[in-house]
Amino acid sequence: MSVERTYKEINERIKAGKAVVLTAEEVIDKVREQGISRTAQEVDVVTTGTFSPMCSSGVFLNFGHTRPRMRMSKVWLNNVPAYAGLAAVDVYLGATELPEADPANRDYPGEFRYGGAHVIEDLVAGKEVSLRAQSYGTDCYPRTKFETTITLDKINEAIMFNPRNAYENYNCAVNSTDRMIYTYMGALKPHFGNASYSTSGQLSPLLKDPYFKTIGIGTRIFLGGGIGYVAWNGTQHFPGFLKDEEGNNLTGAGGTLAVIGDLKQMNARWLVGTSYLGYGATLTVGIGLPIPILNEEILVHAAKTDEELFAEIVDYGNDYPNFKAGALGRVSYAQLKSGSIKLQGKEIPTSPVSSYLRAREIAGTLKEWIQKGEFLLGEPSQLLPGPEQGLKGKALT
Amino acid sequence: MAPEKIILRFSADTVKKPIIYALAKEYDLVANILKASINPHQEGTMVLELTGERYEEGIRFLEKQGISVHPLAQEVKRNQEKCTHCGNCTAHCPTHALSIERPSMEVKFNEDECILCLMCVKICPVHAMEVRI
Repeated sequence: MSVERTYKEINERIKAGKAVVLTAEEVIDKVREQGISRTAQEVDVVTTGTFSPMCSSGVFLNFGHTRPRMRMSKVWLNNVPAYAGLAAVDVYLGATELPEADPANRDYPGEFRYGGAHVIEDLVAGKEVSLRAQSYGTDCYPRTKFETTITLDKINEAIMFNPRNAYENYNCAVNSTDRMIYTYMGALKPHFGNASYSTSGQLSPLLKDPYFKTIGIGTRIFLGGGIGYVAWNGTQHFPGFLKDEEGNNLTGAGGTLAVIGDLKQMNARWLVGTSYLGYGATLTVGIGLPIPILNEEILVHAAKTDEELFAEIVDYGNDYPNFKAGALGRVSYAQLKSGSIKLQGKEIPTSPVSSYLRAREIAGTLKEWIQKGEFLLGEPSQLLPGPEQGLKGKALT
Repeated sequence: MAPEKIILRFSADTVKKPIIYALAKEYDLVANILKASINPHQEGTMVLELTGERYEEGIRFLEKQGISVHPLAQEVKRNQEKCTHCGNCTAHCPTHALSIERPSMEVKFNEDECILCLMCVKICPVHAMEVRI
């Protein structure tokens, strides 16, 4: 008899301390030992994790009001501008924002040592951050200038809202040109000198539910060391599949998440300000999703291995910057993780941009929370669009 | 006798002295230069392996010339608190002093293999690789 479970049943088992929870790595071994059917009967939840640079991240902050009151139409935090085109004392600080004086790539390759992401890390770490604000005055908000220092504890709210996180799959980046290039996938040596990849493969959240059968609005997640939620699909959420030679679905790709959570209960170990030489500042975010094993089909995908999951090799020297479709090849995550791949007869060393070690720690932590009964599954109010909806990206002309 | 890896720092006054020639001719030492550079202030840095019976005498000669000598392994350090083990540095480390251990995917730093090229210091996205001056 094939198993069927509901969120309610799983949560009852979590509350009773009886839920069987395995990480996405552990469930692979279990399925190897005893097959899908028996494993599906035993396992309630599979936990996933990723710890990766995610540029589309940021925080909504509300500072509290000054006396006399001020609207704050321009705001800087540690000299990094925050978007203040909102109500009084509300701002959004984006991870990739740079101080106005940053030379960026004028001194190529730029270092991007401090940006919005680093301010977010400092806030989460409990450090003091300078706040500078300007505004035009109004009858109800007369103040026009203000400077102070804030800490996360001192302000009203800090809500992380990341419009595009946890990309389902990612390109393996190479460089065909004859000079070093500096990308968000790291520095790529000329003449295919190295290959850079992201995602945690078999631990990666969206790769383990490519039909979006369990992930939706309200899914409770590990976010930045605390608890967060899937708020919506991410921007550019175009879920689909890489295809094999016969046109069969091979590996999910293209899905993204918009996530939300209270920054005040997060941890700087899982939100790290990050700088890519010649590219920019970004935030490395820790995200983990629990996948409820509602039936065998969900387990089939949750138990996919690095050998069964693939990434496309894309030339960041030419095709990517020119938005030209086409990949140079396809490699499994097992090959990528082995340390080298073969491309056009050449052996190319690989290196990741996302930390597999930390992804494993996230999946393990989430497992522990669920086992202790501290973390219940959030049943989605609505699932995210899946591949069958055929969402496609548009080109801007 | 195993070669010693050292870093020599030259001031603008000492940078033009032909010291490698002197080490070979006067002290019979074999020098393998791993890296040498002169900055816009005419100050020089040289990383080299030095082998020979009269190694200690050679070092004393260098110091007498006003050239500071440092053991190599102490110069680039990994900040364990900061390192996230992403592994991005490993593709750019010419001697594989930085490498990924498999299957744990933990990033290891073998300081003995470091030749102070400083690529990791530039590349590390979380600035976990630090130069000790």
